Amino acid sequence: MQNLLNGIPLWWYLAVSAALFCIGLYGALARKNAIALLMGVELMLNAANINLLAFWRYLAPTSSGGLAFAAFVLVIAAAEAAVGLALIIAVYRITRSIDPEKLDQMKL
Amino acid sequence: MGGSFVEFNLAEFLGILPEILLLLWSMVVLALDLVSGRSLKRRTLGMTAAIGMIVILVVAIAGRPAESQTILGGMIRNDLYTFVFRIIFIAAGALTCLVSIDFRSMRIGSEYYAIIIFTTIAMSLMAGANDLIMLFLATESSSLSLYLLAGFYRGNKLSAEAGMKYFIFGAVTSAVMLFGLSLFYGLSGGNTGYQAVARALLDPDLRVPVSFAALLVLVGFAFKTSAFPFHFWAPDVYQGAPTPVSGYISTASKAAGFAILMRFLFYTLPPGTSEASLTWAALMQPLAILTMVVGGLLALVQSNVKRMLAYSSVAQAGYILVGVTALAANQLNRADALAAVIFYIATYMLTNICAFAVVGLVSERVGGDDIQHFNGLGRRAPYLALGMTAALVSLLGAPPLVGFVAKLLVFAPAVGVNLIALVVIAIIMVLVSVVYYLNVVRAMYVERTEHDAQPFYVPAPTGAVVLLTAVAIVLLTVVSPPFWNLAVEAAQSFFPG
Repeated sequence: MQNLLNGIPLWWYLAVSAALFCIGLYGALARKNAIALLMGVELMLNAANINLLAFWRYLAPTSSGGLAFAAFVLVIAAAEAAVGLALIIAVYRITRSIDPEKLDQMKL
Repeated sequence: MGGSFVEFNLAEFLGILPEILLLLWSMVVLALDLVSGRSLKRRTLGMTAAIGMIVILVVAIAGRPAESQTILGGMIRNDLYTFVFRIIFIAAGALTCLVSIDFRSMRIGSEYYAIIIFTTIAMSLMAGANDLIMLFLATESSSLSLYLLAGFYRGNKLSAEAGMKYFIFGAVTSAVMLFGLSLFYGLSGGNTGYQAVARALLDPDLRVPVSFAALLVLVGFAFKTSAFPFHFWAPDVYQGAPTPVSGYISTASKAAGFAILMRFLFYTLPPGTSEASLTWAALMQPLAILTMVVGGLLALVQSNVKRMLAYSSVAQAGYILVGVTALAANQLNRADALAAVIFYIATYMLTNICAFAVVGLVSERVGGDDIQHFNGLGRRAPYLALGMTAALVSLLGAPPLVGFVAKLLVFAPAVGVNLIALVVIAIIMVLVSVVYYLNVVRAMYVERTEHDAQPFYVPAPTGAVVLLTAVAIVLLTVVSPPFWNLAVEAAQSFFPG
């Protein structure tokens, strides 16, 4: 297990996280459903987490900064999902739709 | 993070005493409502929250730090810069609580006031943040609370829409910012403290990746300060959110955005030390120009006063960015340039809270916040109209009021470093703003309605807020030296050595 880990260069992790980030950003910008948008944002946050943990493991395994950062990101992501879902439900109760593009009560 | 993290240290405790007291007070406000079985009047709850915040404001002023120190294992830097912004946030929070009391149609409970206090805590931590982790945590906690506040007007279509739009923009931009922060963590070799990150980023080989990471982080800051091109949320959120909340977002949240932006950029990438720092410094000028011009021009065509104030606040963010541009280009009189930015933000807070207090009352009493709803306000409620006029004329920057002094101070350093074109554009946009600000004044004094004879009842809390802020707007021109000196001291503590 240890050998396997040592054989994987850091940039592999960064490539995965960059891809995950781009997929998440595309999902957040292109989907016509607020829940799917939330999922895209979660992917972006987790891409950052992969970065943080990979950097921590390869560059500063003795300090706890990266671990603490990643843990806080998880907490914030959970809080963000809770707030986001609450707002989505509030909108759904009024408009019976969760398509962000249909939110057009206010115009220039 | 050293071993001192676990030991109790009185100096560290006192450094975050205002935040601890705010947290306790938010619990008290929540508990009061529950213990009384929801029988307490909403007015009482609002007054409790506001009075508590005013007391904590006094405690915060009394706890003025004698010297700069980093506390909580380097997470927070408690200096005069943090001190000044903390005062701005607590004052804005208290004023917002007072104004909210008269926002009867919203039927708010204690949770509304508790969330305002939570936001104030998060913002004051934003101003003190000295670590990537604290930066992200504080920014996100303030954003999450503000999404809820924007959508707080339950059952109201516009408010729900405002909350959702604010959330969508905020969630995506903050995820982009976090990705940038994770790159900062890696590029600095696994450091999170600003000072350690700054030392690691001096390496000239890192120019391209650091510039890219800084760009991603700037996205999050541009959202917080509603700077171009991430200002799209501002008009919809300001219009749909409960008016006191719009006032709070446009002042405290924007101030917190600038506080954390300046601390992060000047501490981790000090201009002139590395090539990567040149990238963001070069970005500031076009950002300032576009923010001023886009905000100013779109404000011209608005018929809704809240939307007009939203675009005006985008333009105001542009004026503040003029100060930040001058600061980034200036190596000699940095303290004066930063003091001008701080002074501008503080006066802008007073002015915009005053304007939104009047708008909130008008939309409650007259039933809307379009410009025609302000018709005849000068005859129906002369003092209220006078307060609104003072706020608008100060936002405009006309001579007798404090907005003029603030604009002069913030543009002067830009002239000093030969950013003449930038200042000329800023002055042109100030001249353009005459149209949209005075349009509201004209409606209040020139237009007539059939309701002109009806008196307009001004409730005490909002009346007090308008009176206090309007008097401050007028008097601060005369008595500005002590406040200016405080801003200069704060700026000096920001740039040690």
